[in-house]
Amino acid sequence: MRQIHDIHGGIHPPERKALSRPGELEPAPLPPVLVLPLRQHLGVPALPIVNVGDRVLGGQTIAEAQGVMSVPVHAPTSGTVTAIEARSIAHASGLQDQCIVIETDGQHEWLSFTGITEWRALDAAALVEHVRAAGVAGMGGAGFPTAVKLNPGPTRPIETLLVNGTECEPYITADDTLMQCQADELIEGAQILAHIVSAESILIGIEDNKPDAIASVEAAIARSGAEIELATFPTKYPSGGEKQIIEILTGHQVPSGGIPADIGLVCVNPGTAVAAKRAIIDGVPLTHRIVTLTGEALASPQNVTACLGTPITALLTHAGLNAAPQQRIIHGGPMMGFAVSDLNAPITKITNCLLAPTPTELPLPEPAKPCIRCGHCAEACPASLLPQQLYWYARAKDQEQLAEHRLFDCIECGACAYVCPSQIPLVQYYRAAKGQIRDSEQEKRRSDNSRERFEARQVRLETEAAEREAKRAARKAAAQSKAAEDGADPIQAAIERAKARKAEQASEPEQTP
Amino acid sequence: MSLLKVTSPHASGQSRVSAVMRDVLLATLPGVVVLTAYFGPGTLVNIVFGGLIAVGCEYAIVALRGRDPKVAVGDLSVLVTSTLLCIALPPYAPWWLIAIGVLTSVLLGKQVFGGLGYNPFNPAMVGYVVLLISFPVQMSAWASPRGLAEVPGLMDTFRHLFAPTTIDAVTAATPLDLLRQNTGLLFDDLLTSSPELTGWGGIGWFEANLAFLLGGTWLLYRRVFTWHAPIAMLAAVAICALMGYDGGSSQSGGSALFHLFSGATMFAAFFIVTDPVSSAVSNKGRLIFGALIGVLIYLIRTLGNYPDAVAFAVLILNFCAPFIDHYTQPKVYGTGSRES
Amino acid sequence: MLALLSDQPLLAALSALLGLGAIFGALLGFAAIRFRVEGNPISDQINAILPQTQCGQCGYPGCRPYSEAIADGDAINKCPPGGEETIQALADLLDVEPQPLDAEHGIEKEPVVAWIREDECIGCTKCIQACPVDAILGAAKVMHTVIADECTGCDLCIEPCPVDCIDLIPRKEGIGFWHWPLPEDRAPRFDIIATDTLARDAA
Ligand code: SF4
Ligand code: SF4
Ligand code: SF4
Ligand code: SF4
Repeated sequence: MRQIHDIHGGIHPPERKALSRPGELEPAPLPPVLVLPLRQHLGVPALPIVNVGDRVLGGQTIAEAQGVMSVPVHAPTSGTVTAIEARSIAHASGLQDQCIVIETDGQHEWLSFTGITEWRALDAAALVEHVRAAGVAGMGGAGFPTAVKLNPGPTRPIETLLVNGTECEPYITADDTLMQCQADELIEGAQILAHIVSAESILIGIEDNKPDAIASVEAAIARSGAEIELATFPTKYPSGGEKQIIEILTGHQVPSGGIPADIGLVCVNPGTAVAAKRAIIDGVPLTHRIVTLTGEALASPQNVTACLGTPITALLTHAGLNAAPQQRIIHGGPMMGFAVSDLNAPITKITNCLLAPTPTELPLPEPAKPCIRCGHCAEACPASLLPQQLYWYARAKDQEQLAEHRLFDCIECGACAYVCPSQIPLVQYYRAAKGQIRDSEQEKRRSDNSRERFEARQVRLETEAAEREAKRAARKAAAQSKAAEDGADPIQAAIERAKARKAEQASEPEQTP
Repeated sequence: MSLLKVTSPHASGQSRVSAVMRDVLLATLPGVVVLTAYFGPGTLVNIVFGGLIAVGCEYAIVALRGRDPKVAVGDLSVLVTSTLLCIALPPYAPWWLIAIGVLTSVLLGKQVFGGLGYNPFNPAMVGYVVLLISFPVQMSAWASPRGLAEVPGLMDTFRHLFAPTTIDAVTAATPLDLLRQNTGLLFDDLLTSSPELTGWGGIGWFEANLAFLLGGTWLLYRRVFTWHAPIAMLAAVAICALMGYDGGSSQSGGSALFHLFSGATMFAAFFIVTDPVSSAVSNKGRLIFGALIGVLIYLIRTLGNYPDAVAFAVLILNFCAPFIDHYTQPKVYGTGSRES
Repeated sequence: MLALLSDQPLLAALSALLGLGAIFGALLGFAAIRFRVEGNPISDQINAILPQTQCGQCGYPGCRPYSEAIADGDAINKCPPGGEETIQALADLLDVEPQPLDAEHGIEKEPVVAWIREDECIGCTKCIQACPVDAILGAAKVMHTVIADECTGCDLCIEPCPVDCIDLIPRKEGIGFWHWPLPEDRAPRFDIIATDTLARDAA
């Protein structure tokens, strides 16, 4: 039995997971229009390779990766490209971003794919290429390009592939459902990923509030005959944070500013493992995902498999949204999700949950009161930070103290704001402060660069001037020596010349108006 | 339909400032009841009168500053301040003493810094110290416990508030006064020498300390604060007293039990030292904060000029809190060892 | 002395406070001397704060000359591209009161970059000579282009262009540049966004 370690802090919000009936999975209806953002992942947006008016088939690459930190986009079904333009996307900013719009035709015509069954014979680089081409990005929430994660580099040997089946946020049951319905694929995917990163062992971690998922993964491990360890641990938010589950299961901490690979781990979401399995064994790109539709404002909360690009409104209508006059729709869970500002925005690779709460279920926050420094936030912080101090310094925009208090080790889990008796939107302060710091670092880089270029130009201008001066001096010297030879004073000669020219000009009629 | 845009987290726990303050007020109840039982309704009258002034003052000043006064008063923090101050004041204090104390607490201790959350010093203790320095005579006029003197009734007490002559001869030396004035007696003899000193901490005092301990324990159970500061303070007082006890000679500083259960020890530990705003922030910081207050309390009690020392000790440590914070940042996840 | 103090509690309290003040003052003074950062000449430190747009709006030909002028006592509020933030940083560095931006020199604007409409460019090279950071590429008679990463948005190339084919476009637009704003004090904690999505769907 693996020793389970405790993490600092954490909270126990009401879980409300049964609401969306984990374990039952239905396909969502195909919407008439799919909107596929070019950036559904962390990094550089993909580059469209289709034109408006093109007919595309299911699984066809419609935008390709631009560089390493990028992920291609595929058509989830057959249809016609009707626009490539900025559309509302599901993003905290409420801003628009470039999307490819496909009018579906309901034919479900797909490209034919050939998978690789003998993947063990292939080397890691070839398999990673397949994963990249299939458009796989982390499906837990951040959307980190999986191919990059699978390439930790030679300096970071990987011991363990960790599948993070924690799903610690309240309400969300997408991973739970996936582990119940697609456990065999999950195990196969985990084995492939472990092979790619040459991990010696595979470890699957699941919180103990999901007995059905635990049972089905256990059975799938037994069926596969592979040596895979399944670890369960007590429920607590945010155990599912990557750094947190690593500490829980290994007792080690990911170094600040580092990645799990620094301590020999690669940590993936179960959805990512299944997507990797499909990319390799079936050759199928990532075009669908499981989304939890939940909240008491829905008549039938449920889990669905939906095409990427399905508008949020289509899914909510499917689940019977009974909206209040002022309705909050949350993309993601109640702790870390954001409120969407346009229901036409589509779901993407990172959409694990759409939450439509009633006002009594998740009451609107009261106006914030001053911090009374009660320290509840520090008690709850899984990163052992001092949220009240960070809050103070974020208000004061004191970047030095924010660094000193390690703002960038904050995982934005919201545990601090959850317990805060003053109802301060702490996480927003931290996000804003991080944004400002990143901004000013970037500006600093820019201005340092400009300074260098400005100074280089000054030097260039000076040398050019000096050269001109030197040339002039040289000419003058040459003229002087020539004059000395000729026996005439060069200045005198020049004056003569000028006089002559003047006389000439005066004799000519005025030409220019 | 319109959409609501709110930042995460969308769920929130049950804890609220006003609930925290309400809990603190409730937790003072046992102590106030015991004080009333032993010393008469003086403290109760202090609290009611002080509370009225405090609420009025806070309401006016917050309205003047252009904020919503109902919100400010509604968080009950001003009542906590005035209640704590009034518990610390001698029973049967004249009305002006209470008024000056409360006004100083609210204005000088809290509002000049920007109100709740911004005060670097414990407001109740600011008021207390100003009174102690300005009016030492009135401030040391503590009442005699029931059984040693006639305890006035409620109406008498109210009348006394505005006409301080109606009750006389109710004042007596507190056990800590007696200890400080002791010159020749062994500690054990001292305890039997005077009727006030019956029990571990003196008549009424011991019981009141027990009651505040009870209230404090309830607050701990309610997780209003963590154990670090109060326990550290109590431990420090006890350890200092043990070291200074020297078997109980006439020079001794008094036994640990005496120090724990006399004066304002328990009240300070659970109601003053635990004021979150003006204390250190981290748990480690609060351990140090509490312990240093404990040490100072003992030192001032035994060596200083004032019989009880909580207010001075707390204010001095409030001043030091930022320094403590600076050196006691907890070790953040993923930072093997913090570089300084 | 001691006797006097013990007789006069007020004196004792006062002297204790004074003593404490003296001790802490001495400590702070010591720390200030002990931990003082030995630094570059002050004009270098000032220059490090200036935004390096090199636009000349301050009245000096570039940021370095202005930094030297500040070191010699010029006002710190003449740099519009730096705006309030730079003034604040300068005030902190020099330990003076921050002043509002001197509107005579311009107002703070969104950061921009220059963008040459390349098919209109006649290749006269005038803008190259104007650019303070050599961010424009091109040769005589062929079209020119701006290296957006190097352009400071200083505005100096607009004026010389004979065919007006240079635009200034916002540098920080789009989702990649967005970050959460700081919450406002005492503001309601939510916004309401009007939408007719569902109504349209129902229809
Ligand atoms: S929980 Fe809220 S009120 Fe308490 S210290 Fe943290 S930020 Fe301040
Ligand atoms: S949001 Fe950041 S500061 Fe708050 S509890 Fe989570 S990690 Fe700690
Ligand atoms: S106004 Fe322009 S040239 Fe002057 S300091 Fe500011 S950015 Fe530099
Ligand atoms: S000044 Fe205008 S026309 Fe001349 S090279 Fe520059 S952009 Fe082209």
